[in-house]
Amino acid sequence: MSSSTIAQTDSSLRPAKRRIGDTVFGGLSTLSGVSILVILAAVAIFLLAQALPALTTAPDVLAEQGYGEFWGWVLPFAFGTVWAAFLALLIAVPVSIGIALFISHYAPRRLAQSLGYLIDLLAAVPSVVYGLWGIFQLAPALQPAHLWLSKYLGWFPLFSGNPSGTGRTIFTTAFVLAVMILPIITSLCREVFLQTPRLHEEAALALGSTRWEMIRMAVFPFARAGIVSAIMLGLGRALGETMAVAMVLSGAGVIHFKVLTQQNPNSIAANIALNFPEAFGLRVNQLIASGLVLFIITLAVNILARWIVSRRAQYSGAN
Amino acid sequence: MSVTTNSSSKALNPLKAGQLPRWAPWAGLGLALIVGLVFGGMKVAASTLIAAAVFVVGMHVLSLYVEGRRRANDRLAQHIVYGMFMLALVPLVWVSWIAVKNGLARLDAPFFTYSMRNIVGEGGGAAHAIYGTLYVTGIATAISVPIGLLTAIYLAEYGGNSKLAKGITFFVDVMTGIPSIVAGLFAYALMALLFGPGTVNGIGGAIALSVLMIPVVVRSVEELLRIVPNELREAAYALGVPKWKTILSIVIPTAISGIVSGVILAIARVIGETAPLMVAAGFTQSLNNNPTQGQMMTLPVFVYDSYAHPGIPRQPYWDRAWAGALTLILIVMLLNLIGRVIAARFAPKAGR
Repeated sequence: MSSSTIAQTDSSLRPAKRRIGDTVFGGLSTLSGVSILVILAAVAIFLLAQALPALTTAPDVLAEQGYGEFWGWVLPFAFGTVWAAFLALLIAVPVSIGIALFISHYAPRRLAQSLGYLIDLLAAVPSVVYGLWGIFQLAPALQPAHLWLSKYLGWFPLFSGNPSGTGRTIFTTAFVLAVMILPIITSLCREVFLQTPRLHEEAALALGSTRWEMIRMAVFPFARAGIVSAIMLGLGRALGETMAVAMVLSGAGVIHFKVLTQQNPNSIAANIALNFPEAFGLRVNQLIASGLVLFIITLAVNILARWIVSRRAQYSGAN
Repeated sequence: MSVTTNSSSKALNPLKAGQLPRWAPWAGLGLALIVGLVFGGMKVAASTLIAAAVFVVGMHVLSLYVEGRRRANDRLAQHIVYGMFMLALVPLVWVSWIAVKNGLARLDAPFFTYSMRNIVGEGGGAAHAIYGTLYVTGIATAISVPIGLLTAIYLAEYGGNSKLAKGITFFVDVMTGIPSIVAGLFAYALMALLFGPGTVNGIGGAIALSVLMIPVVVRSVEELLRIVPNELREAAYALGVPKWKTILSIVIPTAISGIVSGVILAIARVIGETAPLMVAAGFTQSLNNNPTQGQMMTLPVFVYDSYAHPGIPRQPYWDRAWAGALTLILIVMLLNLIGRVIAARFAPKAGR
């Protein structure tokens, strides 16, 4: 009771005056923080506004002035997007985990960081350059592999059908995409592997386990959630990758799982890039609507990945 | 007693009994290479693949026989991990080698001084595209850096554990995952609604790049602000310095090198983007110095355009595409290098 009266009377204990600079600066930074949310909402709203004409127009008008009925038109591309990204993951994930392990647990300590930079350099190459490399170098180089696979493994459904003569197939595209998502998966896995509690590793080694057993017993269980989210983020990148697919893949609006044939399911992003410059009228709206579909797919994948990460942060003992 | 056991262990170290000698993997590697060369013919890829398979399987079997299952598995894992790393170097070396080899042909003075206006066939250059890239990336940086910097300050200094801060962090992460083409479509839709349908210009391209760049800036700057030691802030508060002044004259100067390098790395991340610029900034063959009016060529789009829509003969166009690709790689790698050097050289010492 008496202390509160002192606080009220003693001027030196009064709370400091709110300074105008603080109000302005704090307000400014809060405002730009909120602007992030506004921008993201704007992306969704503007895309929706431009996509609506394609979604609401009658199918027969779309067939005349656009690319045809919307959902039937976009479905093969959505399939191609997911299929190409899945194949790329199939190639990239084991390699990335291997590289991440190499940098975190196998490479000589002094070299490890520079070797990590080397892998990061893969991320520095622009996608259009990967496109040029894919079409001029990788596709011709992989063409004999197409023939070989089709000849000896043609009975397997994936490799059935007539092999492409140019190598511009979803098989080649998956390799290019894998190279492009490799650095992101690697760097995330590397971070997680390095966070493994030192004591867990040393305990495993002290029990007489070999290095590989230590990795399986201490590193992988600790890193499982991190690996999953790294894969999801790589998937998000692969789903949205545009130029490399647009340049390498000779695509069409088909749905099938054969990876070696001339007719390949194109991806949404590549389809937009290839057709947008020449599009007009309703076709523009239709392409933007397909972009919205891609946006929703990647958004779902990313949100899932972030959710896994945040769950892991709560349970891990590292931080 | 013990002396005798020690001397005998020199001849046959019991700790090393039942293990392959240290030279065994090297001998195995040499043997595998010979096998690969014999069976793979003269083809590099086939020989390497065969040699690698022979080496990994052979060493595993040998080790299984001599050292037992556990050590054999350990060796197998080690060889595979090393192999994965070397596998990843293949595209890196291949892409850089081919870009240098094909790009050097046209990496001359006219390439940097001429545009493609009225050029058919040989000659010409990418001056218009290089200027366009500078304009578009410059404007994108001018938009992204203030927003990104202030957002990071909000997250690190003001937000604390509030719901808003958590939401922003989450959506910044989500924003990193926006496909670049969607960012381009957004910029196109925005310009279409503001200035009439079909408005495609440098500003549109810059907006598209900003959407991609802002989250990168926020993430890197926030991380840096968080490693500025709290003691510095508390010392400033104790001297009666207001919070905004503490941030502006204590926190940011401490982290400035990291902020600069973060911004440079963010620029490096977006300068090679092609798809959003194709959609939002467009194509042109001549120099356009006005970002608010008319389509604007950029270097990545120039590379794509030269490759995809060549005239006849095609070779000069493709040569220009490769020269553009090489220029782009050099710019991005240079930016990366500068960013990392600044970050490493002037990094603030973390507390602790």
